Amino acid sequence: MVSRGVFYIVTAILFITGLLLMIYQHITFEIPFFPGEQRQVWSVEAKVEFEPSGSSATVDLALPAIQPGFTQLSQSTASIGFGTSYVLKQQNSYVEWTKRNPLGLQTLYYRAEFLRDSHAEASSMTIPELKQNTEPEPYATAMREIADAAQLRSSTPFSFTVQVIDELKRQPETASFLLSQYKREDLIIHILEIAQIPARIVGVLDLEDGRRNRTLTSRIAVFDGTHYEIFDPSSGVSGIRENQLIWNNHDGSLLDVQGGTNARVSFSIIQSSVPTAQAGSLKVKAAQASGEDVVSLSIASLPLEEQSLFKGILLLPVGVIIVVFLRVIIGVKTSGTFMPVLIAMAFLQTSLIVGLIGFVSIVAIGLIVRSWLSHLNLLLVARISAVIITVIAIIGAISIITYKIGLTEGIKVTFFPMIILSWTIERMSILWEEEGYKEVLKQGGGSLFVAVCAFIAMDSLTIQHLTFNFLGLQLIILSLVLLMGNYTGFRLSELKRFKPLSDKIKVERNGDETELEADRLRRELRELKARQPAQKPRDYLKNDK
Amino acid sequence: MGFVPSVIKRYANPLDLMHFGIMGMNQRNVSYIGRYNQRRLYPLVDNKLLTKRMAIEYGVNSPYLVGTVENQHDIDNILSIIGDKQEFCIKPAQGSGGKGILVVTGRQGDSFIKGSGQSINMHDLRRHLSNILAGLFSLGGKQDIALIEDLIHFDHVFDGYSYEGVPDTRVIVFKGFPVMCMMRLSTKASDGKANLHQGAVGVGICIRTGKAVRAVQHNDPIEFHPDTNKDLFKLRVPHWDEVLTLAASCYNMSGLGYIGTDIVLDEDRGPMLLELNARPGLAIQTANNAGLVPRLRLIEALPRRLSLNVAERVAFAKEHFGVYAQ
Repeated sequence: MVSRGVFYIVTAILFITGLLLMIYQHITFEIPFFPGEQRQVWSVEAKVEFEPSGSSATVDLALPAIQPGFTQLSQSTASIGFGTSYVLKQQNSYVEWTKRNPLGLQTLYYRAEFLRDSHAEASSMTIPELKQNTEPEPYATAMREIADAAQLRSSTPFSFTVQVIDELKRQPETASFLLSQYKREDLIIHILEIAQIPARIVGVLDLEDGRRNRTLTSRIAVFDGTHYEIFDPSSGVSGIRENQLIWNNHDGSLLDVQGGTNARVSFSIIQSSVPTAQAGSLKVKAAQASGEDVVSLSIASLPLEEQSLFKGILLLPVGVIIVVFLRVIIGVKTSGTFMPVLIAMAFLQTSLIVGLIGFVSIVAIGLIVRSWLSHLNLLLVARISAVIITVIAIIGAISIITYKIGLTEGIKVTFFPMIILSWTIERMSILWEEEGYKEVLKQGGGSLFVAVCAFIAMDSLTIQHLTFNFLGLQLIILSLVLLMGNYTGFRLSELKRFKPLSDKIKVERNGDETELEADRLRRELRELKARQPAQKPRDYLKNDK
Repeated sequence: MGFVPSVIKRYANPLDLMHFGIMGMNQRNVSYIGRYNQRRLYPLVDNKLLTKRMAIEYGVNSPYLVGTVENQHDIDNILSIIGDKQEFCIKPAQGSGGKGILVVTGRQGDSFIKGSGQSINMHDLRRHLSNILAGLFSLGGKQDIALIEDLIHFDHVFDGYSYEGVPDTRVIVFKGFPVMCMMRLSTKASDGKANLHQGAVGVGICIRTGKAVRAVQHNDPIEFHPDTNKDLFKLRVPHWDEVLTLAASCYNMSGLGYIGTDIVLDEDRGPMLLELNARPGLAIQTANNAGLVPRLRLIEALPRRLSLNVAERVAFAKEHFGVYAQ
């Protein structure tokens, strides 16, 4: 048993170290404690993987386009044993990795940071050359049919594009005939060629915080003189959203690998925020040659893929400390100790209302199925397995039904931790049989309450900012958890539980007692202690009489 | 009355609770269970077979163990284990909350008569044993062992004090001193179970005399058993010294500093240890209208060198923790 003193010293050291770390980061790196007015910075990491097949490998990856709405702050590469250079191929920028005798699966990283910047106007987009449509028959005729129909209903290159996409929907037979030969975006480009409208396919990345393993989606850029607009080839919607980044805006390829096979490129994205004041200085720095990273005690120095993982992981302690507080100090009953935190993590993905409805309906349906299972007298492992499969079926059903009736939010119920939910259902069902439905409502409600509290905390921008930027906060949370683990006082719920007892003791003496038992025993304790310790411990006791 | 005062009125003043020495869950866990109960000793009380073996070794009175069924193929030998016993009781070694206990009170040819009067055949008995072994009644579905014990014949002094279930005596034993005691009487509301929060009646028992101090159901004081109308204040546990001695000797055998001992009174064999609990609940304070902390503190204040035998510990407890003069 560790003595109390050591415990408090360790706790104090943890707390102070955490605090000092936070202050150090605040002063040295000028990270503000509160998120204030923020500018978005998107860090995008492209990961190239390939299997070498020759004696040397050359890998070219197209660099992100310069475009209105974004300012690129920095770029860097990470690749062990590769030579790196930035090259121009046919006026297009590429990063080129080269290596002799590569062995085994190779992984290369390219990382760039973009500041969301409404003042950025520059664009590296060039007008594509006009080509003649030289497609073979009978496809050319079919394309002309679509083009003619679209021509009649349009006035400008842009409305023509919209009409082409519409016409493909209106003439499903022609469309499916053509689509059996061409990809949709290629097809639209070919039809635009007939009308002599310059257009090209661009690769667009949807920027969503914490996403990994993303690929580019194809959009069509249609030109009218020097002006261009971006179209979605399947819906015909024009324009580009704030969080869409054009990566590849030229006719060159995205990825070229010489001396390698099975090459693929995927993207990880993470969002961070910088105060407006800092954003300006970052832009200045970006203009200077990008040097070595300053060693900073922040997870910003990790690869992006790990960073987005950490962003979630670092929030967990916040949820955990809320569980500890609500259980130890307040005395809320929950089913499963940390189940509420996991539910709260799921709420972060689904949004609160959808999450609550999803959780309650899954557990309710699960309980009904489980009550039927209990008639079968199954063994525990088989029973839980059956519940897990049921939960998956319920989640599947909810996704399909909500999607069919147009509530795309419903699909997000797949974020719920299924195994945990199954155990929750199992535990609640046993509770129902043993203690009745009231206890189930109490614990279920308690769990939801804790989950919502944890959600509110973890959803707060300030807390996300603090946990992500200040690792010292984790030490502070640890020390607080340790302190609460040592709390021997009453829980709030016990003040209510013992209220009748307290009232009773105040007014009634037990049996033949004339004074409060607690007072009498306290007096006896003092007498016992006041007595000089005798030579033989037994005498010490006998004096009592 | 304003909203805030009316809410506050529903909560006790924590200073009052501290003055009365009422123990809360956190204090129990950190200062008593955590400090005095070693983790490695827990299996001794969580597994009834280990408790039983220990009780036999230390000569602590407990229901006779007729036999155990440890493997599925032992089930075929069940008849040779039971022999010609007319009455017996089958329980899972790691069952919780009284689940999986089968009481047989008689036999007719090949069939067995259950405590409820229902008759079951050999096949049902085997299936029950098979379910126990497979872990149907144990926490977490762990594989389990079935114990076959002699049936307890409850002392008739308790007739009418309990509705259906077993009237048992719970004594909290701290470092070998019996500290506080209550009887748990099952009621219709508690469905024959002895858990206070399910509606069983708790009767606080004076450590000095074995007489009832007060009785509560659902936190409310009562005088008569809700189902049988017996006067609960007339209750007095017989063989009281033996009960205390039995409870106190459980410390020597288990090594656990803070335990709840569940004791039943058999007509012929007197007080018997039914089971031990390493995490006894706090409701006993309500049944006794007194807090545990002052009693525990007094024992903690005794010099560490002082090692007392069972009789001396019982005497110390009777002297200090009594409520009735005699």
